[in-house]
Amino acid sequence: MNNVNPSVLAMRDTGPSPEAQITRDIVKRGIFVAPVLIAVSALLWGSSGAWSSAYGLGLVLCNFMIAAGLVATTARISYALMMAATMFGYILRLGLIALAVMLVRNEPWVDLLALGLTLIITHLGLLFWEMRFVSATLAFPGLKPVMERTNG
Amino acid sequence: MEALAAIARIAAEAGDAVVDPAAAKNTAAAASAGYAYGLAAIGPGIGIGIIFGKAIESMARQPEAAGMVRTTMFLGVAFTEALALIGFVAFILLKFA
Repeated sequence: MNNVNPSVLAMRDTGPSPEAQITRDIVKRGIFVAPVLIAVSALLWGSSGAWSSAYGLGLVLCNFMIAAGLVATTARISYALMMAATMFGYILRLGLIALAVMLVRNEPWVDLLALGLTLIITHLGLLFWEMRFVSATLAFPGLKPVMERTNG
Repeated sequence: MEALAAIARIAAEAGDAVVDPAAAKNTAAAASAGYAYGLAAIGPGIGIGIIFGKAIESMARQPEAAGMVRTTMFLGVAFTEALALIGFVAFILLKFA
């Protein structure tokens, strides 16, 4: 009845982690755009907007790092564990973001609108930026012209 | 939100209670925010499950492509999570802003 091959559940990947590479790129770009984002928020919402944007950007980058860490660590153990860790990690990370926002929502330096918009815009913006890079990288082997070797 | 406020008002009137419109609106806002966050988290949960299921299937069928599969899988999961983040932001803005 059960057709699952046990070797499939025990499969694992001990090679380099692509998630870690993606997250490193995202964090680098996040740090790169942080001054611009904070300056724009400061212009729109004042100092509370600037602090909120910095906090929101930190949350987004931490979220990416936790996600990548979970996948990279569990993929070395087994793919089945990776799947479980990511599904529960999704709930865990949503809870952590909610907790991080709830803890500071009444602080005087927090502007909820700036914080919320930063969470969405930086998450999506950094992902689209990374996706363009990854798309180009993935497309390259297929688009690369094959050099024909000639004998003599 | 207006509909929930109307329901809260009608329920309170049925119980012969004095209705404070502001309180009814706050109650409705809180309920709406809870629904928004809850509903917004369901879709990404299903989506992430599908993405991972398919990724595991792909890696089992073609282990040499695992790196590429994991790269696209990670980006797909992150994009799907954005929906939950939007729901969460709607929640905090409705509830606290």
